[in-house]
Amino acid sequence: MISTKANTEISLMAHLMRRAGFGASREELETRCKEGYTETVEELLAPLAQTPVDIYEFLRYYPLWWKPGTLGGLGQAPWVWTMINTASPLQEKLCIFYHNIFATGVAKVDHYDEIQDMIDMFREKGLGHYKDILLEVAKNPAMIYWLDNNENHADSINENWGRELLELFTMGVGNYTEGDVQECSRAFTGWTLEHKLPRFHMGRWDWHFKFVEEDHDFGEKEFLGHKGNFDGEEVIDIILANPATATFMARHIYNFFVEDEPQVPAWSVVPPNNPKAVQFLADALMDSNYHMETVLRKLFNSDFFRESQFSRVKNPAEVVVSTLRLVGNSSLPGPDILNWTSQIVYMGQDLLNPPSVEGWHSGIEWINSGTLMKRTNFMSEMVGDYSRPGIAKIIDRVSSTSFKPEEVVDACLDIIGPLEVTAETRVELIDHVSSQGDFDWQSTGVARALELLQLIVATREYQFA
Amino acid sequence: MTETPSKDPVIIVVQLSGGNDYMNTVVPHNNSLYRDYRPSVNINETDVIELTSEIGFHPAMAPLAAMYKEGNVAIIHGVGYENSPRSHFRSMDIWHTCEPETLGTEGWLGRAIKQIDPNKENVVTAVSMGPSLYRAMVAPDVPVATVENLDNYGLLTDISPEQKRDRVLDRYKKMYSPMIGSGPVMEFLGQTGLDAMKGADILNVAPSLYSSTVEYADSSIAKKLKGIAQIHLANLGSRIFYCDLGSFDTHADQLSTHNKLWSSASSAIRDFFDDLEEHQAADNVTMFLFSEFGRRVYDNGAGTDHGAGGVCLAIGKNVRGGEYGQYPSMKEGDLDQGDLVPNMDFRSVYTTLAEDWMKLDPVPIVGGHFEKPGFMSSSN
Repeated sequence: MISTKANTEISLMAHLMRRAGFGASREELETRCKEGYTETVEELLAPLAQTPVDIYEFLRYYPLWWKPGTLGGLGQAPWVWTMINTASPLQEKLCIFYHNIFATGVAKVDHYDEIQDMIDMFREKGLGHYKDILLEVAKNPAMIYWLDNNENHADSINENWGRELLELFTMGVGNYTEGDVQECSRAFTGWTLEHKLPRFHMGRWDWHFKFVEEDHDFGEKEFLGHKGNFDGEEVIDIILANPATATFMARHIYNFFVEDEPQVPAWSVVPPNNPKAVQFLADALMDSNYHMETVLRKLFNSDFFRESQFSRVKNPAEVVVSTLRLVGNSSLPGPDILNWTSQIVYMGQDLLNPPSVEGWHSGIEWINSGTLMKRTNFMSEMVGDYSRPGIAKIIDRVSSTSFKPEEVVDACLDIIGPLEVTAETRVELIDHVSSQGDFDWQSTGVARALELLQLIVATREYQFA
Repeated sequence: MTETPSKDPVIIVVQLSGGNDYMNTVVPHNNSLYRDYRPSVNINETDVIELTSEIGFHPAMAPLAAMYKEGNVAIIHGVGYENSPRSHFRSMDIWHTCEPETLGTEGWLGRAIKQIDPNKENVVTAVSMGPSLYRAMVAPDVPVATVENLDNYGLLTDISPEQKRDRVLDRYKKMYSPMIGSGPVMEFLGQTGLDAMKGADILNVAPSLYSSTVEYADSSIAKKLKGIAQIHLANLGSRIFYCDLGSFDTHADQLSTHNKLWSSASSAIRDFFDDLEEHQAADNVTMFLFSEFGRRVYDNGAGTDHGAGGVCLAIGKNVRGGEYGQYPSMKEGDLDQGDLVPNMDFRSVYTTLAEDWMKLDPVPIVGGHFEKPGFMSSSN
């Protein structure tokens, strides 16, 4: 690839926007480059300065999606629409990040609205302290029901929530005993929900957190070497003070924002790809009392982040949302939104309905012959559509500077990314357009360029973020 | 293609995700401890489908009970492994990879596919039904067709006319060809892309060749098994199929959930075998059902928590019907942290399937030598 200085700056900005958001058009990248990299990081970390997406606009088109229960089966559509239209993309990225950790699904909860409420909480508090998020999750009715804490009683514990809190949300396997799981569960007895009523025929009742004092075990617990009459919040404090939690969360952050890592069940056995970076993040978590905004600021400004371009396979939400933000004309919640939402599901990420409490396996595990087919088909259909303003703009820029096959290929790769491809791929792309000679922008040029864009999004390289 | 159906052995693995409750699937109805442990989450004595004086099936399993009485169902008791972690993910990983000590990345069926088709002559040797590929089938350099919907299966289907699509697909093939030194992830992507292209070409014919009088129910497991029947009947050389059903993670509301799951599974399995019988294509098919663990012996009032030992079922004409192994002792002193202690290693069960059914060398597949329960007839 050609690599001028201006190009490097654009590439870095494109990288930041892919990771902290869902990519950006060339015009947006150029504007942001004028503002500067650190300034863009600050803007991403300050979502309150942006106008939020008006969810009522969506609901005017789809009134049934107000508290959808299980109606229609695609309760995640409002969230997907928010991702496509937000001016604060990092907020939505963090919602996906937390949803993947606190994976909660309608397969059991049955009501999309309760899980949507959890996503709204992630949007509101995602940049705050992890302790507050843990406490909110512990009191979230969807989570309480998902992990059966409503069945966790003073006289007979149900250890589902207690175990996953330690195994998946904070410390990871190997850092606690079976005894700790039981003591942890005791501390959360009586943390339950009310209004667990059927939707029909009186309509839906919202669920609420409820602390039932007489069902709480106030006795002494011995947890991770500490003794006391702990309740849930005190247990969370003990967990967060343990360095294993900082390391475990650092790996979550690294795997999501920086580079594909082995999956969560492997973390007790497989060391991180970049132990120094994970330690850096773990220290940042400990030093800031798990303040996510502080940690992410350090992350995005770090060298290892800047150097990590194209080392993650895009997850399906990134594939669909970044494609739609690229091609444009997707700001109205027309009937297409249901198809777009389904596409994310087909690619293996049924949002608000994860395959298990562990969330989704990421990285190369997104790819199999079926999902690769879905990704390729969706992206190629979108970028082949000249009526989309984002595509028309790309063709416009390409056609104003180039007409030789080789130049057109390089210009397309540059403007759609900038995308780095291997020499072999570049040769194939040039070969593909060379047989028909120079581009005649007055006649066949546009159709040929669209076909070229379709091939580019079908490349292996385009699967990476 | 269909004139001389292949008679090579075929295995269909049905994964019961979430931890199926052994004690309410194969009910020890004559053991008084059962009712002591399960005051709330039990099957009424009158509802149990009695198979022997000791055990009976869950009432939703009537179709399977009929198959059992015909001698086509093997019940394999107490299956699991030592030091069960009681975590869904870790446990499922262990079942998938046969690596209880370290973290494995290769699946046991992935290794089986490698033995069946070492030169990757058929990209549909193994078919995973569902939106995602199961780790049991993952192994380096082993293609698996991952099919969600057989009817609309193909690459770049939106590009028209056909001539243009062919030109783009031709280039796609070149772009996805091996690149020296590009690293394992790029290699994996390249191979997956090529396999997707080839697999689609082959599998596209299956639905058009299929006709049957069997009407499957409208459940997700029925749809998956119907897809498997279509591919099997098209005689494309597919030998390993995988699908799942869930969630069996019944910490709460177990009685109704468990009933629903087994009712849809049992009727879909019956319809599937009826469909194959109608086409004289059942002789070389064995179905295997497992779950990552059984559930705790004591109920928790509304459901049951994660346990250890579980039950496996093998179904088909080549199965020697009956019971294998022992129902683990339910006596208080024999339990481990409130759980049934597995007395049959899952790798023993896999060994029987790999060696006696699939005619493969089981040692590299399961990672060692294990005693075989004899639930498959040795001549097929």
